[in-house]
Amino acid sequence: MTETLVMLLARWPYVCTVLLMLLGLYGMLGKQNLVKKLIGLNVFQTAIILFFIVQAYRSGASVPIWDPALGNDPDAYVDPIPHGLMLTAIVVSVAVTGVALALLIRIYRNFGTLDEPDLLDAMKRSR
Amino acid sequence: MAESALPILILLCFVAGAIVVVLATLRRPDAAWIVTMATLTAAFGLSVRLLQAVIDGGAVRHRLGGWVAPIGIELVADGLTALVVCVVTGIALLVGLYAREAVRREIAERESAFYAVLLVLLLGLSGMVLTGDLFNLYVFFEISSLAGYALIAVGDKRAVVASFRYLLLGTVGASFYLLGVGFIYALTGTLNMADAAARLPALADNPALRVSVALIVTGIALKMAVFPMQAWLADAYTHACTTTTAIVAPIMTKVAAYALIRIAGFVYGFELVSERLPVGAALAWLSAIGIVVSSVLALAQTDVKRMLAYSSIAQVSYIGLGIGLGQPWALAGAVLHVLNHAVMKCCLFLVTGTVQLAGGGRTLDDYRGLGRRMPWTFAAFTLAALAMVGIPPTGGFFSKWYLMVGGLEAGAGGLVVVLVGSGLLTAGYLFRVLERVWARPAPDLVLRPLGAGATVPIVLLGVAVVVFGLLNSWIVTRVIAPALPTAMGGLET
Repeated sequence: MTETLVMLLARWPYVCTVLLMLLGLYGMLGKQNLVKKLIGLNVFQTAIILFFIVQAYRSGASVPIWDPALGNDPDAYVDPIPHGLMLTAIVVSVAVTGVALALLIRIYRNFGTLDEPDLLDAMKRSR
Repeated sequence: MAESALPILILLCFVAGAIVVVLATLRRPDAAWIVTMATLTAAFGLSVRLLQAVIDGGAVRHRLGGWVAPIGIELVADGLTALVVCVVTGIALLVGLYAREAVRREIAERESAFYAVLLVLLLGLSGMVLTGDLFNLYVFFEISSLAGYALIAVGDKRAVVASFRYLLLGTVGASFYLLGVGFIYALTGTLNMADAAARLPALADNPALRVSVALIVTGIALKMAVFPMQAWLADAYTHACTTTTAIVAPIMTKVAAYALIRIAGFVYGFELVSERLPVGAALAWLSAIGIVVSSVLALAQTDVKRMLAYSSIAQVSYIGLGIGLGQPWALAGAVLHVLNHAVMKCCLFLVTGTVQLAGGGRTLDDYRGLGRRMPWTFAAFTLAALAMVGIPPTGGFFSKWYLMVGGLEAGAGGLVVVLVGSGLLTAGYLFRVLERVWARPAPDLVLRPLGAGATVPIVLLGVAVVVFGLLNSWIVTRVIAPALPTAMGGLET
């Protein structure tokens, strides 16, 4: 038990990303307003982005630009690939949010509500 | 492995097409369809050329920007890739032919945007198939999904809600996949599929690897609509407009299935997924439950389009079952079913679209007597329906046959029972339609039938159902078998 706790404490940045991920999932599942669900999704995606960034971090390492003083030791530099990947993932997540907001606007125009129970009622009536 | 520019040319075709569609319609509003058809024809031509090249000379690759593999991103095409790319572009070409009238009748005011997004969807799907890089797969995954959400939102009033739900689930699925890739990267330091495949076996006992298997399989299974993650699909397919359903239903879940085959079979290897971990067995049994549940739900529908949507879940689950078994014959059956189901489901959805656009309805009773009024259309419908049930010599029979052989070889008798039983359920829901089409008198109703442009693709698909059935052994031995993972051994009983 204490071993697990020590292991988790030593990896606290990962624990934080997992908590953030769970928070996002709760927002998506537990909230009834569709905008809040979307915010939950954004939190969830941010958690994954942070997971990659934490993984790239190396204590005491330099920016990933070759430096004669540090030489060719890969451990002297922060891993740049996860940052590059996450730049792309952020773009993807912005695009997803954009499309989702556009859909929400259309839903509101069609049914006059973004609250899930009300929306289900409105959809039944429109049938 | 030979170098070839064909993979990148296929992708560039779609990029160029999507841009030209938008620009061309600024000047000539009616140019959208012509540009789309030109793009689709070129892409299909290149895909067939790619298939030919792969059959003749084995797998080919293209290094993007000239960077050598584990550093750069590469596009790789073997037999499976080339076959699935041909399915994607071929189905798109036929639906494109059909779309001219359908799009004018349904969404005339947004024609150019619709075609542009359609081409972006195809870019994403063919990119997912062609890429040899795990992160690149995620990017194409999201490109195709985003275009898919937009296309599905075009439909009746409730399509937007269905699309939003799909967006939430789809993005979670893609995020799970991305997280799984993060674990692979942390373990191996590479994102190239071939490179990762070479490094992973040494790490087979690492718990992080198991987590990555679970995350990636769950993420892709969500997009494939494997039970119990299938709820988004029925609404999305039912409320979207005809052209969208006809293109999304046959190929989108299939491409997700392809991605699963690629990663489970070639990156992790079935030895890990099916033998060391219970993931393969879980996938097979969940698929089996999905087959039964969705077939029963399909039986309960009176709306034909919705019935076909449920049947799509069941049919994709056949593919999931084949992958889960992790046995060469079953995998060959799964790949063959990607082809066969794409052809037959595209045909069925196009026919429901034709009936709806001609002024008939979507319920079972609206199909009374239509066989006499649209004989060619419903002849093709009947062939596709027989293939869905699995009656020889149609393609559907052979893919199920290979799946059953694989199930017996793997000693999973229970799954074979599900395969046989679901054929009966399929017959149950489709023969209800066929009986109304051919054996009931038609009500008095004025139909405005679509022109030859809409009938020709349906008839071609109907013919293809039988042709692919007759060609099945050639496809399996020449295209699929050489491309199966070498660790699995060949197709021998």
